Amino acid sequence: MSKTKSVYVRRLDLKHRRVDMSHGSGGRASAQLIETVFAAAFDNEYLRQGNDGAVLPLPPAESRLVMSTDGHVVSPLFFPGGDIGSLSVHGTVNDLAMMGAKPLWLSASFILEEGLPLADLQRIVSSMAQAAQTAGVAIVTGDTKVVERGKGDGVYISTTGVGYVAAQHSPSGDRARAGDTILLSGSIGDHGMAIMSQREGLQFESAIESDSAALHELVQTMLATGADIRVLRDPTRGGLATTLNEIARQSAVGMVIDEDAIPVTKLVAAACEFLGLDPLYVANEGKLIAICARGDAAKLLAAMRAHPLAHSAAVIGTVIEDDSCFVQMKTKLGGRRMVDWLNGDQLPRIC
Amino acid sequence: MCLAIPALVVELLPDDMARIELDGVRKEISLSLVEGTKVGDYVIVHVGYALQLLDPEEAALTLALFAELGKQT
Amino acid sequence: MKYVDEFRAGDLAKNLAASIALETQPERTYRLMEFCGGHTHALSRYGLLGMLPANVQMIHGPGCPVCVLPIGRVDLAIRLALEHDVILCSYGDCLRVPASEQMSLLKAKARGADVRMVYSALDAIKIATQNPTRQVVFFAIGFETTTPPSASVIKQAQTAGLKNFSVLCNHVLTLPAMEAILTQPGGVPLQGLVGPAHVSTVIGSQPYQSITTRFRMPIVISGFEPLDLLQAILMLLRQVNEGRAEVENEFTRAVTPQGNRKAQALVEEVFEIRDSFEWRGLGSLPVSGLKIRAAFAEFDAEQRFPDLVYCNVSDHKACECGAILRGEKRPQDCKIFGTVCTPDNPVGSCMVSSEGACAAHYTYGRFTDSKGMP
Repeated sequence: MSKTKSVYVRRLDLKHRRVDMSHGSGGRASAQLIETVFAAAFDNEYLRQGNDGAVLPLPPAESRLVMSTDGHVVSPLFFPGGDIGSLSVHGTVNDLAMMGAKPLWLSASFILEEGLPLADLQRIVSSMAQAAQTAGVAIVTGDTKVVERGKGDGVYISTTGVGYVAAQHSPSGDRARAGDTILLSGSIGDHGMAIMSQREGLQFESAIESDSAALHELVQTMLATGADIRVLRDPTRGGLATTLNEIARQSAVGMVIDEDAIPVTKLVAAACEFLGLDPLYVANEGKLIAICARGDAAKLLAAMRAHPLAHSAAVIGTVIEDDSCFVQMKTKLGGRRMVDWLNGDQLPRIC
Repeated sequence: MCLAIPALVVELLPDDMARIELDGVRKEISLSLVEGTKVGDYVIVHVGYALQLLDPEEAALTLALFAELGKQT
Repeated sequence: MKYVDEFRAGDLAKNLAASIALETQPERTYRLMEFCGGHTHALSRYGLLGMLPANVQMIHGPGCPVCVLPIGRVDLAIRLALEHDVILCSYGDCLRVPASEQMSLLKAKARGADVRMVYSALDAIKIATQNPTRQVVFFAIGFETTTPPSASVIKQAQTAGLKNFSVLCNHVLTLPAMEAILTQPGGVPLQGLVGPAHVSTVIGSQPYQSITTRFRMPIVISGFEPLDLLQAILMLLRQVNEGRAEVENEFTRAVTPQGNRKAQALVEEVFEIRDSFEWRGLGSLPVSGLKIRAAFAEFDAEQRFPDLVYCNVSDHKACECGAILRGEKRPQDCKIFGTVCTPDNPVGSCMVSSEGACAAHYTYGRFTDSKGMP
């Protein structure tokens, strides 16, 4: 970001004005937008220097550097329990957390659509700042571009995050082994159904809220138990089913899970029932899957349940030997079925 | 066949519509295919329309039948 | 969820499964067909198939309106969307059905067509009201469950005097399809039919008498929940063992002998039976499909857009859907099952919708095909 003047000819009218092409041109209007909206909200020692990049310290010995990135295109921009801003912070923080890392610094890149009300942008940026502060991360560098009306969905946000991971922690998708226990930190389907409830044509009045949350502190608590945590992953797009299948394939194992053990709130279950959706495939933004050595499951579960973000954590299954890498499920009825990869996009059914 | 769910009628609305609820999820649906629906009734809902009234006595009888059939093992 | 959860109780399921095992005579093989796609889906989704004894075989019937929708009809919808600049409103189920030239409604949308998913016909009419300068076409599919909503919405459009709303009607009838299955030459014998749940709430249990009488085929109408299905199967097995051929109703909480007279009258008012209609996988069946009556011609997309001419498109040569729908083959018997033909790339009707026999087996049951599975 270039050095900005602190006094402008006219104050930026955040209440009534909209993003226009001049905000992306790099000139005075751009600078004013950045200073008034972004820099003010994200304020930290790095941003105050006003440079194009942030110089960050290397990790201490016995730690390694972790980087992750996420693009956010959610529509609508605002939904019960969050918005694209808080989601973009939580998403990248969680990606780092799933590597066992402590997230430290984020970059944020905005593609704004011409016509986006500045009031909406302010709301989103405030939400990001709040989420970052709560998560203990700083947004240290960023970029803003503007595209013509019709070429964007209001705003797209890309966040990249950097953190440190202690050398002894290396959860990885290929480390699950037969006999390991599969744990889930809480109820599934909340985020996806909160979004669905806002979609045109599928509206229903309900109090389903997105579960969007930063999970890194929960992960630190889990790692601190000393349990041998082999895999950590958050079941976002495609839901629990897709994530379990990904891990099964990466680790070349099979899994058996217990439908009765998987927490689903009554509200989400009912909403899914209405639309013919399977909660197993609905996105989550504040939950994680942990796969650990069987002997450590009890203490890990206890530590999770003691944390507010995982109070309904549960053991949901076991890893088994299986060359075909199938994920099977014991149904509530006592039968058995497969839990396959998501086929296409899950669309509401009539039949 | 087609996906339909039993839901509780919580409010009658103008133009032959009603608000139904299933465990806290509410939706507006059409009553144009049924007659005599009251608040407190359960209806079978399919693609935004109530198709039929659900008979609570028959439901209870069916459940009782399941339980009894099971006892014979 | 009231009237849902109680009908999914695990302990009752185990008891019912045990009762079914006791009821079967070990030296007999029972071949029962569940007609309705929703039942096919439920049998797989709840793992019920594995709970049945080995000598009870469930044959999956053609009661899935997406599966039996001919490619040529989807082509019409796509053409309307792409060539006539209409707002094409469709239930979610149809959006990914592959049609001719590698197209689908979803792909047409990617090409710029205004294709919108709706949960209900009511949403389509709302869109028409909100967009008075655009033509809005509702892509209507379904058996007798879904037909009354289409009838209602056409009447609503007439009352409102809407000039920009029409329906592309692909509604089909259950009984002609059942008869076709039971009369197809070379079909393997069935001993009983599980009748559809929600179709029956509309048409009632009475119409099935013609099937039981003509074919001496026991029918048990089953509710939608897994316990309903298990009990219906038990009731069917009892009929078979006792040599009875009656229409029994397990779904008494929602199905009466007469059905929903109001809905039936509405359908009768708006629709009439076509001489014949193409069913994917079954061929052309007489008096099996509905079209919009002349009195409502202005809401008939086929009248409003006369250049829409239906062209029959055949299925892939290797596709075994016809044999699967008739119960002669299982999904795993098809050479292209799971390899060329998958839910992501469906070649035939049984894979197209999540309720088709092949899709249900692929998604929920194919793990049993491998050797050495626990």
